[in-house]
Amino acid sequence: MYRYIPNTREDQEKMLSAIGAGSINELFSDIPEDIRLDRDLQLPAAMSEPELVSHMRTIASENVSTADHPCFLGAGAYDHFIPSVVGHVISRSEFYTSYTPYQPEISQGMLQAIFEYQTMICRLTGMDVSNASMYDGATALAEAALMAVRGTGREKVLVSQGVHPQYREVLRTYAVHAGIEIAEIGLTGGTTDLDELRAVMSGPDGAAAGIKATGGMSGEGGKTAGIPARDTGVAAVIMQSPNFFGVIEDMESATALAHEYGALSVACVDPVSLAILQPPGEYGADIAAGDGQPLGNPLNYGGPHFGFLAANQKLVRKMPGRIVGQTTDSEGRRGFVLTLQAREQHIRREKAVSNICSNQALNALAATVYLSVMGRQGLKQVAELCLSKSHYAYSKLLATGRFEKVHDAPFFREFVVRAVAEPVEAINKRLLDNGIIGGFALERHYPGMENCWLVAVTEKRTRQEIDKFVEVAAGGGC
Amino acid sequence: MAKLIFEMSKPGRTAYSLPPCDVETGGSEVLIPERYRRKKDAELPEVSETDVIRHFTELSRMNHGVDNGFYPLGSCTMKYNPKVNEDIAALDGFRGVHPLQDDGTAQGCIRIIYEMDRMLSEITGMDRFSLQPAAGAHGELTGLLIIRAYHVHRGDMGRNKIIVPDSAHGTNPASAAMAGFEIIEVKSDERGGVDLEALKAAVGPDTAGLMLTNPNTLGLFDENIKAIADIVHEAGGLLYYDGANANAIIGICRPGDMGFDVVHLNLHKTFSTPHGGGGPGSGPVGVKKELEPFLPVPLACFDGERYLLDYDRPLSIGRVRSFYGNFGVILRAYAYIRTMGPDGLRKVAENAVLNANYLMHRLRDHFDLPYDRTCMHEFVLSYGRQKETGVRTLDIAKRLLDFGFHPPTVYFPLIVSEALMIEPTETESLETLDLFADTLISIAEEAEKDPEKVKTAPHRTYTSRLDEVKAARNPVLVCMDENRKE
Repeated sequence: MYRYIPNTREDQEKMLSAIGAGSINELFSDIPEDIRLDRDLQLPAAMSEPELVSHMRTIASENVSTADHPCFLGAGAYDHFIPSVVGHVISRSEFYTSYTPYQPEISQGMLQAIFEYQTMICRLTGMDVSNASMYDGATALAEAALMAVRGTGREKVLVSQGVHPQYREVLRTYAVHAGIEIAEIGLTGGTTDLDELRAVMSGPDGAAAGIKATGGMSGEGGKTAGIPARDTGVAAVIMQSPNFFGVIEDMESATALAHEYGALSVACVDPVSLAILQPPGEYGADIAAGDGQPLGNPLNYGGPHFGFLAANQKLVRKMPGRIVGQTTDSEGRRGFVLTLQAREQHIRREKAVSNICSNQALNALAATVYLSVMGRQGLKQVAELCLSKSHYAYSKLLATGRFEKVHDAPFFREFVVRAVAEPVEAINKRLLDNGIIGGFALERHYPGMENCWLVAVTEKRTRQEIDKFVEVAAGGGC
Repeated sequence: MAKLIFEMSKPGRTAYSLPPCDVETGGSEVLIPERYRRKKDAELPEVSETDVIRHFTELSRMNHGVDNGFYPLGSCTMKYNPKVNEDIAALDGFRGVHPLQDDGTAQGCIRIIYEMDRMLSEITGMDRFSLQPAAGAHGELTGLLIIRAYHVHRGDMGRNKIIVPDSAHGTNPASAAMAGFEIIEVKSDERGGVDLEALKAAVGPDTAGLMLTNPNTLGLFDENIKAIADIVHEAGGLLYYDGANANAIIGICRPGDMGFDVVHLNLHKTFSTPHGGGGPGSGPVGVKKELEPFLPVPLACFDGERYLLDYDRPLSIGRVRSFYGNFGVILRAYAYIRTMGPDGLRKVAENAVLNANYLMHRLRDHFDLPYDRTCMHEFVLSYGRQKETGVRTLDIAKRLLDFGFHPPTVYFPLIVSEALMIEPTETESLETLDLFADTLISIAEEAEKDPEKVKTAPHRTYTSRLDEVKAARNPVLVCMDENRKE
């Protein structure tokens, strides 16, 4: 017997006799003999619950965890504090064992929570509308680009090299087969080169700077791989702020520039930073996207996290994914339903704005609870603590003389220094020997940035931990 | 009606607790230029911890999950979600691992991904899996991009069409369109399978592939699968297996042996991970040997001593997501497979199919059964008395809510009118199946005697029937309270 299968042998016999079948095997008679598996699956034998728990604990112990190793690694996933309340709420099995709320009368809890989530995302980003969540920040940004292409009828997207390298990779994967041209805009002093952006947007030869998406097929809109399109019409300018280096970008100028040429401005933003930084809605961005992990979601080795996607009102019918709207029931009471479903795959099939079906609802719920707990004051405090502590760590590292400045620009939670005395790998190794998870070696993604080290400092790091980190990074420790 | 959290807000209330700042750098006023700073606070709620807990507990009580009761939502495989797997996913040694840690410090995580690749390959008869796709539809997009990359790599440039049966899930054509393909729909034959003549007419030198769910959305196994595979392969196309219905076949037969080249599974269906109110899911993609080079980067490997992530894959379609997928979901599915073992997984399919056939037997005399065959893990009924009673399938679904059941999937597949698609899963008992059947039969009787009662259902839920037309016509998508300046 298996504890997740309640049928007893007697039950099975009763059911078979009711159906009029001689055996369970008979029920599979539609499956041709020659494709039936004539052996057991070659998998490890079943484990009892205690055996399983012990086995899984052993595997877990093969990992180094941020739970007992102060973490200075960020680069798109951050070790923020998660209040106890968050886990308790999302462990309510009425939430986590439910499906997408197709039947609103028995799904009001999730629907209202999503409505509250959408509201919080709009208030944080300053945008008009939000969907119910995306898989992660990278796919949210890729879908934002597709949305901009739909919204403008143009087919070229400009993306800053300050955007997370993995997000740019995902953007490329999504765009390549959709016939969308991607061009990257370089950096200067740690921020997007706005002069280059202007040159690319304006020049008739500007398009030549673009990298035509490769891998497209001939016969698809007459475009041939490798030949730059003559069309200079840019659908979207995508920038991230704080960018991958933690540096705050001049989003206002970039947005104005995008709009000057009729392009949409897509802002990839960090939700915690928005407690103190100018929100995308205020500088006129058309779409705001990002990864919501910092809002109450554990690192989880990269997932589940969730992506958020918000936009101005004009774009709402171009938006992918679930959206919850307010309505009334037959007695006039307020209630919530999935709405504007004519955008979605289950209604429109190949004409849908996206194929997304499952999203990351439970992670978005965690964010909703997190933002309720933190509230107006708490989130600001988290952001201020990240800001202050990262600046403290930055100046302490520079003061050791073994690190030098790379950028001279305002940053949030994360910064870059260059190690001058030894390779970054050696520093990270020594930190690990001292029970500390070090920063991210940038050279892998930015070939020019030898020995540059991306360090993140969240509100969880104490002064003592930072001091120890700096001491070991500078050559101390064991 | 529950208040919105914003309506409970009161200036000065807090639910958070943070340490004081222990460094003297100054704050945003000195560290961030004014033009980059936020001018007005984000209007987040100001509530106490008790408020937060009471609010979300109230909301949870207005929500129905598998733990509340039967959830026979067809094609969604709403089976029981084992609790021990939740505890495992919450271990610090998994939950607290940063995705960019050095491989040497994440050996346990990479091991899970690697072993899942091996186990899912065995379960499906494929050669290699990527665990990166975050959901079923995401897996479809990934698989289709792989199919495209394969043809392009061979210099076979004209293959821009994907064939999809008319019974397919909506995500199939939507994913194909997103991958840049044109969609050719083929009709089903009178037994509910792919019409072979229509398929022969549809394939050609422009065929990139066929997407198929088997058993299909009617809950029927397509007996012609080998012939279908031959037709598509002979035309130079590839076969894509939508694993949404894999719960019917695990341990019984394998897509790889049926002739499929690319497979996605839904770990949140077949492998028992919770649906979370809409997500997270996980949609791993498996391929046959010749398609391996095109899988997303990175892939997990084992060199005999250490687990590592392989990025050196020049023909890869690239990344489809950041990091390595919904690891926490993969982990729960891993624990499930280790719990069930080979024999247990086969019993999953056997009992899922037995339960569905029993329930179909109980209901067949009370509803129309458009395809009268032995079903697999689910079956589709049609409510054929609409003209006489004025009652629609939607009304019957709403009436079920009054008895504590989540309704079946309704109005899908599109090829059956007034459809009810019922998937009981193997985790439900005979008693539950009988109670559900009795209830559905009594509703069908009620529709004859007191149709108004059914048409105005539900009567015992938190809200009565909600006005979806109003919501779409005049969208209110965020809370607009009076404090907020427009």
